[in-house]
Amino acid sequence: MKKVKVFITLKESVLDPQGQAVMQSLHNMDYKAVKDVRIGKYIELQMEDSADVAEQVDTICDQLLANTVIENYRYEVEEEVHS
Amino acid sequence: MKTAVIVFPGSNCDQDMYYAIKDGLGEEVDYVWHAETSLDGYDAIMIPGGFSYGDYLRSGAIARFAGIMPAVIKAAKEGKPVLGVCNGFQILLEAGLLPGAMLKNKHLKFICETVNLQVKNNDTQFTKLYNQDEVIRIPIAHGEGNYFCDDETLKELQENNRIVFTYSGENPNGSRADIAGIINEAGNVLGMMPHPERAADALLGSDDGLRLFRSILNHWRESTHAAYTS
Repeated sequence: MKKVKVFITLKESVLDPQGQAVMQSLHNMDYKAVKDVRIGKYIELQMEDSADVAEQVDTICDQLLANTVIENYRYEVEEEVHS
Repeated sequence: MKTAVIVFPGSNCDQDMYYAIKDGLGEEVDYVWHAETSLDGYDAIMIPGGFSYGDYLRSGAIARFAGIMPAVIKAAKEGKPVLGVCNGFQILLEAGLLPGAMLKNKHLKFICETVNLQVKNNDTQFTKLYNQDEVIRIPIAHGEGNYFCDDETLKELQENNRIVFTYSGENPNGSRADIAGIINEAGNVLGMMPHPERAADALLGSDDGLRLFRSILNHWRESTHAAYTS
């Protein structure tokens, strides 16, 4: 089995109202060092081993997990360790 | 005119849409469950507002892959009128029938109020009964109605008169170019955040929305009459 960690973020050109609100709150808490906040999504997939896992994940992200009009995605494929 | 109102798990404006057509227009209308696969026999398709699939992942993202969607896309390609309101608009964007995407409202609030809309293009089958630039009163009710598209898409929408409605006065959600509703290139698929079905009777505070449904009906009558005589 593979564990796929998918990270979805808003594109640079897209304003993130949630991130802006969180940044404002951090500034109110006196964390002035914070210069920007962008909020994204983290999704884990458990997938069967196959030669084309990366290809499948690309398709899954393009079709459903991310909206590529406003979002970028990247992912990491890890060997699932059974305990 | 026989109309289908698509019902997803989480749709909540389906009954308003149904009554706007049945009582407002006096026309035949059916609810069509999302798991159906055919829309044959329907002349117009309505995708109502609500929170299909709980807005999980993104608004409209999961509904876009429902069993009925290939039939909606087929109807759109055949030139039948397809109207998506609120969550219906979000589903049309996710399905790629209209360009762009929705972001959370600029001030993050869910906004439920009646707003002023300007009719920017009255030369569509959805807006013939409005005057060009007329300001109408239609309610909005959404948390993610902040329409976004890239510069190139915006230019294309503007140049081809595809922005049908804009917010007049204050923009409630931060949408690009004050966009409240857009139409596809062929002119038969309209997506809008405001709810014309909630303004289809004077008892509801406004009947400005009814003319949108009447426009669709008139266009359908004219096109079927033309088909008979040609």
